[in-house]
Amino acid sequence: MTSTPVVQAEGLVRSFGGRRAVDSVSFTLRAGDCLALFGPNGAGKTTLLRLVAGLLAPAQGTVRVNGVSIREGAAARAQVGLVSHASMLYGALTVRENVELAARLYGCAEPSAAAHDALALMGVEDRAETPARTLSRGLQQRVSIARAMVHAPKLLLCDEPYTGLDDAGSAALTEVLTERREAGAALLLVTHNLTEGLALATQAAIMRRGRFVRHEARELLDPGSYQSQYRELAAVHD
Amino acid sequence: MGDAPGTLAASWIVARKDLAIEFRTRTAFLSALVFALLGVTIFYFAWDATAVAAADLAPGVLWVIFTFAGLLGLQRSFGSELADRAIDGLLGAPISREAIYLGKALANLVFVSGILAVTIPAVVLFYNLPFGAGIGALAGIAALAAVGLVAVGTLFSAMAVNTRMAELLLPMLSLPFFVPIVMGAAQSSARLMAGRPIAEAWPWLRILVAFDIVFVTACTLAFPFTLDE
Amino acid sequence: MTSASEPLAVARPRRDILLGVAILAVALVYVRALAFTPIEARQGAAQKILYIHATAAFIALYVAFALMAISSILYLWLKDEKLDRVAESAAEVGLAFTTVVLLTGPLWGKTIWGAWWTWDARLTSTLFLWFLIVAYSLLRGAVEDRGRRARYSAVLGILGALLIPFIHMSVYLFRTLHPMPIVLKPERPSLPPEMLRTLLFSFAAFVLVYVALLRARYALATERTMLEEHEGQLSGGR
Repeated sequence: MTSTPVVQAEGLVRSFGGRRAVDSVSFTLRAGDCLALFGPNGAGKTTLLRLVAGLLAPAQGTVRVNGVSIREGAAARAQVGLVSHASMLYGALTVRENVELAARLYGCAEPSAAAHDALALMGVEDRAETPARTLSRGLQQRVSIARAMVHAPKLLLCDEPYTGLDDAGSAALTEVLTERREAGAALLLVTHNLTEGLALATQAAIMRRGRFVRHEARELLDPGSYQSQYRELAAVHD
Repeated sequence: MGDAPGTLAASWIVARKDLAIEFRTRTAFLSALVFALLGVTIFYFAWDATAVAAADLAPGVLWVIFTFAGLLGLQRSFGSELADRAIDGLLGAPISREAIYLGKALANLVFVSGILAVTIPAVVLFYNLPFGAGIGALAGIAALAAVGLVAVGTLFSAMAVNTRMAELLLPMLSLPFFVPIVMGAAQSSARLMAGRPIAEAWPWLRILVAFDIVFVTACTLAFPFTLDE
Repeated sequence: MTSASEPLAVARPRRDILLGVAILAVALVYVRALAFTPIEARQGAAQKILYIHATAAFIALYVAFALMAISSILYLWLKDEKLDRVAESAAEVGLAFTTVVLLTGPLWGKTIWGAWWTWDARLTSTLFLWFLIVAYSLLRGAVEDRGRRARYSAVLGILGALLIPFIHMSVYLFRTLHPMPIVLKPERPSLPPEMLRTLLFSFAAFVLVYVALLRARYALATERTMLEEHEGQLSGGR
C-alpha cells in the first residue's frame, strides 16, 4: 500500500443558489479502494463527483489526487478517469476517434494502440469506425467507459456506469473495474444498484442532502440488512 | 502514459477535433459560403452602377459580408460541446482552459479563412477589380481581420451557447466589436486596391494589428470565466 | 407559503431624499440656464441644450461606463455579488443617460448646423456605448443562473471597456481622413465664465441624479436577490 492516498477529500462544500448540494464531505481512498456511494436523487452525489473530478470548484475544502490538489493545475487531472451521466461523446466522430481524442488529451504515448485496447476491453472494437451518434445508448455507454479508461487512470469516478448496459456490458464493466482496482487504482462508484455496488466496494457510503449519513468499511456491514436500512434512509425526502 | 500535452499541443488537438467534426458534415461551411456569395451578389444590384464604380463598392461589401458569414460559422462553434456534455471531457482532461479557447478559435480561423478564400476571388470577379499587387495585400488584411473576428466571436460564442436566445445574442454581442475590424479592413484594402501608397493604408492597418493583439489577449484571459466552475 | 420560515424582512418604503435633492438641483440649474445665463451669440437659445447634452455625455462615458468596467474587473477578482449589482445598476442608469445624449445630440445638431448626425468621435462612441449597454442588458436577461449571469456580464463589461477606445480611434481617423462638409462640433468650446459656471453646476446636479438613481437601482437589485434566495429556500432547500 502506498503512503500517499490516491484521493483525499476534506471538508468539501458546494452550494447552488442558497442550497448546499455538498455539505462538508470528507473521505480517503487508497490504492485498491472502492467507495460505493448510494443515495436518493438530489442527494448531491453527482455534484460530489464533479468536485472530485475538478469540474467544479468547491466553496470550501480540498481534493488531493496523489497528493496534488485537483484545482492546482492540469497535471492532477491526468490521473483521473470520469464516467458521467452524459456520454461526453462527439456524435459526429467515430467511436475510435472519440477514444483516440481522449488518449491524446491525456498524453498517451501511443494513442491509436491505447484506444484500440480500451475498445476491445469493453467489447466495442467492431464498431470502431461507426459515428458515435448511430450507436444505442448501451453501446455509447460502453464507449464512454472505454474513453474513461484509455489512459489507465489511477482514480476512476463513475456516475451510475451500469445504466443502459446489458449483461455482457455489465460483465465487461465489472471485469474492467476489478482489473483497475487490482492494478492499484481507486474507484468512486455512484450507483443505485446496491448489489453491484457492494460487490466491488471496500467502503460504502449513503449520501443524503449533501452529507454522508453513513460511511463505513465494506467488511463491517451486512448486505442483507443494509438493503432495508438504505431504503429507510433514502425514503425520507423533503 | 506519457506527459499531458502543453497548451499549444492541446490547442492543436482541440482544433483538429473541431475541424474533423466540421468536415464530417460540411453543412455549416457550405451554408456560410453560399450566404457570402449570395450577399456579395445582392449588394451589386442594390447600388446605382452609374453613380458609383463597382470597384469602389467592393471593399465595403466584402468586409461587411465577411462579418455576417463569419457569424454563421461562429454560431456552431460550441454546439457540439453541449450536446452530450462533451465539454466535460475537455474540462476533465489535463489541458489548460486557454487551450480549449485557442483550439476552438483556431478551428474557427480555418473556417473563416476558407470562406474568404472563395469570397475574395468572387468579389474580384463580380466587381471587376484590377488584378494586381493589391491582391496580395488583401490576403494580409484578410488574415488580420479574420484573427480579430475569430478571437472575439469564439469567446462570445462560448457565452451565447448557454443562453436562451443564442442565435440572436451572438450577433448582438459581436457586431459592435466587429466595427473596428470592418473599418480597418475596408479602409486599408480600398486604398491598397486603388494603388495608393502603403503609407495611406498604414494607420488603418495599425488599428487592425492593435485590435488583434488586445483582443486575442483579453479573450484568452477572459475565457476561463465563461466556464461553469 | 405555509412553512414556518420567518417572513421576509423588507425595508419600509422611505422617501428618497437624495433623489429629491438631485431633481431639485437639476431644476434650479435649468432656471439658471434658461433665465440667468446669457444666450450664445451664434447659436441662439438652442445652444442651451449643451448643458444637458455635454453633461449627460460626460457622465455616461466617464462615470457610468467607468463604473461598469471597474466593478466588472473587481467582480471577477473578488467574486463579491455586490459588485455585480453595482455593475448592473451603473449600466442601467448609464443607459438612461446615454439615451439622453443620443436624443439631444440630433436636436442640437439639426437646429445649429442643419444636420441630424455628425459622426464625430465622441458622439459615435456614445452610440456604441448605447449598443453595448443594450447588449449587456439582453445578455443579463438571457442567463438565468445568477453566478453565470454575473460572470458573463463582467466579461462583457471588461471587453466593452476595451472596445470603446478603438471605436473612438477609428472614427477619429475616419474623420481626419474624410473632411466632413459640416462644421466640426466644438468638443470643448471656450465658454465665457457665466456659461462655464452654469455648465459646472449642471454637471454637479447631474452627478447627483446619477448617484441617486444608482443607489435606488442598487437597492432594487439587492431586494430582488433577497427575494430570489427566500423563494429558493421555500421551495427546495434545507
